Amino acid sequence: MNQYLLSTYGGGDDGPSEPPSPEQMQQMMQGIIALEAEMEEAGAFTFGGGLHGADAATVVRQGDAGVVMTDGPYVESKEHIAGFYIVAAEDLDEALRWADKVSATVGRPIEVRPFMATGKVADHMPG
Amino acid sequence: MPGSVPGDDEVARAFRAAHGQAVATVARLVGDLATAEDAVQDAFVVAVQRWPVDGIPPNPAGWIVTTARRRAIDVHRRAERGRELAEEAERHEEEAEVLVEEAVVPDDRLRLIFTCCHPALRMEHRVALTLRLLGGLEVDEIARGFVISEAAMAKRLTRAKYKIRATSIPYRVPAAHELPDRLAGVLAVLYLIHTAGHGSPDGGGELRSEAVRLARALVELMPDEPEAAGLLALLVLSEARIPARVGGEVVLLRHQDRRRWDTELIAEGHAIVRACIRRDAPGPYQLQAAIQAVHCAAVTYEDTDWPQIVELYDHLLQLQPTAIVALNRAVAVLEVDGAEAALDDVDAIAGELDAHAPWHAVRGEMLERLGRNGEAAASFASAAALSVEEPDRRHLLERARALSDG
Repeated sequence: MNQYLLSTYGGGDDGPSEPPSPEQMQQMMQGIIALEAEMEEAGAFTFGGGLHGADAATVVRQGDAGVVMTDGPYVESKEHIAGFYIVAAEDLDEALRWADKVSATVGRPIEVRPFMATGKVADHMPG
Repeated sequence: MPGSVPGDDEVARAFRAAHGQAVATVARLVGDLATAEDAVQDAFVVAVQRWPVDGIPPNPAGWIVTTARRRAIDVHRRAERGRELAEEAERHEEEAEVLVEEAVVPDDRLRLIFTCCHPALRMEHRVALTLRLLGGLEVDEIARGFVISEAAMAKRLTRAKYKIRATSIPYRVPAAHELPDRLAGVLAVLYLIHTAGHGSPDGGGELRSEAVRLARALVELMPDEPEAAGLLALLVLSEARIPARVGGEVVLLRHQDRRRWDTELIAEGHAIVRACIRRDAPGPYQLQAAIQAVHCAAVTYEDTDWPQIVELYDHLLQLQPTAIVALNRAVAVLEVDGAEAALDDVDAIAGELDAHAPWHAVRGEMLERLGRNGEAAASFASAAALSVEEPDRRHLLERARALSDG
């Protein structure tokens, strides 16, 4: 079984121009609940979450005189990761089918990226 | 036992013909495309030494698979992690001869086509992979066909294979419900390879014949797909008229010496189109093939059944309502309803195509027919300025000049 990151981005021009009405929001939430149940049923759901906005991000890096913190996201961009799922899938086609369903439910593009490995690195080391 | 000893060219040709099938089968056996490709490449080195001495084996693909598989196992054996696989392989070693007979199944090639043309790969990568793995073309040959450096093409292939492995693109024929979409993707790749072969001065013939060969293989593997047959007919009929392009110069359909057309290919194309019509499941490639079939059936340009061509374009427009199809339709309208009507049709799609050389060329043609020579010359000049291919540019500038002088 492989694992894939299904991520969605916010803030760009790909999404709906109008913010969703409460009814639309309600409908989307129900769609998401149903889809997550379907993922769970199929043994695909591994983890998922929605993130606060990029304004809530802090970058920590090692400077010459110790740690340096900067307010804001690492990548300067209009679009930032807004939420993600990690799904288990047999192959890319299966992951793409989940991405299709997520995209249809949330009304936004989904980026699919395979994990090279998951879990603790120590578990992947020989010996 | 064949009496004559094959030459280097013959060995290379036989190897290339079996390449797709061999990579496809080895990939199934070892479970990885890049390993399969390397192993088949190793088998080529052996073939170059052995075939000129022993003769080309009766089943080249089977020979390559057996040799490549042994090579792949050797590689695994040297790597520590491959020990299990090597042990398993040793158990199967005695069955190797049986394997030669069993391993080469046509389905492998189909699997490989769908993997190479997976929609998660960008188009240029699909094209490169298909030519390398299925066509067995060398990297430098593919690079020449697309006018990029060999290093850039090698990088492209490496990236594509990396994505297949990293993302686990499956090695299988898509399920029935996904097949129509995925097959359309495969056909688009073959069509693009053929089109690239038209424009490329160097190695173009290689690309075109490879596209035809792959389309033939696809029809053989999926005889029930009418659009695959349609693509084959389209390619074959367009190939049939290549001999009329003397010295790589542009010769308009109207001026082509039809005696130069390849009658054998036309007969083949016509037979496929007739079979498609009987099947009555029209699609864009079948309709384009039918249009080419009407052209090829005419003894002279004037003899062409233009009303039938307009009708076929009407049908095509319903399935594929694009400005390009509308432009091609207008050319047929010119012969049926005259230049005035055709010019209206061309002007109606100006917004979508005015950065497109053929639109200006077709418009110039209509204006010339209407005797508006000055405007016609300007249109041909615009078309020349927008043309990428040198023979096209020369032809269009010549027409512009002739009109300005007159």
